[in-house]
Amino acid sequence: MAINWFKYSSPATFYPLAGRVAPWFAVASVILMVIGLYLSFFVAPTDYKQGEGYRIMFIHVPAAWMSMFIYIVMAGWAAAGMIWRTRLSSMMATALAPTGAMFTFVALWTGALWGKPMWGTWWVWDARLTSELILLFLYIGFMALESAIDDPRRAARAGGLLALVGVINVPIIYYSVQWWNTLHQGASIKLGGGGMQSSMTTVMLWTLVIMALACWFYTIAVVLTRVRSIILEREGTSVWVKEMLQEEK
Amino acid sequence: MSEFFAMGGYGGYIWGSFGVAALFMIGEAILVVRRRRTLLQRLGRMVRLNSGE
Repeated sequence: MAINWFKYSSPATFYPLAGRVAPWFAVASVILMVIGLYLSFFVAPTDYKQGEGYRIMFIHVPAAWMSMFIYIVMAGWAAAGMIWRTRLSSMMATALAPTGAMFTFVALWTGALWGKPMWGTWWVWDARLTSELILLFLYIGFMALESAIDDPRRAARAGGLLALVGVINVPIIYYSVQWWNTLHQGASIKLGGGGMQSSMTTVMLWTLVIMALACWFYTIAVVLTRVRSIILEREGTSVWVKEMLQEEK
Repeated sequence: MSEFFAMGGYGGYIWGSFGVAALFMIGEAILVVRRRRTLLQRLGRMVRLNSGE
């Protein structure tokens, strides 16, 4: 089946499509979040080592995953925008950055609140924590750089370059717990060796997966809504926007 | 009930984590919707002004 993907790279076709799917992702996210929180607090058993304190994991790990995934997706859109010069691609990158920054902050914040009772300190300058902090600065730098340049095309190019250079930081975050000695515990879920291996019970694993899915759907709903605003802001004077607004009257 | 909120002595850390996460996620969602509403109002005014000419 040949799908003309470039058709959807036009803001005029993408705008109504995003508007149709965003509410569904929002609803799915809320439902999954309710289930995930219920499992987090009422079903998942007390940890034999960390007591109830480990429950921070159910928000900390999804937030940390999202912070890295969103960055990769953002850099991917930025690269697509630079290669094919499609307007929508760089708008997507711009729309992803605030949500990525938000999840990065939440990962750092919940990490500090988990570190204090377990390690006895809010913060250490080790590889995992420092590289995650750099990720936050990369997001903030990307947003600041783009908003400092008036011409959208030049802003997209400068921001895209920064996003692409910063990608190197993501594998550093991910593998930091293996490459360097750190207080931070190793990955709870590992892929490879013939499937998924986990040090957790099945209930904990499912809770984590559902919370992560809820965060994914949240991200899709929020970013699609934001990118629609960005499209309207940049293309507000074009014919299709005027026609659409007139139809709504 | 109070035992649930105490979370075996970890209450402050756990609710501090989930509370701030909820605050940021709900806050971001509200900001995104509000940005869209104000934008549509502004563009709607522009369309009405132009069609009134």
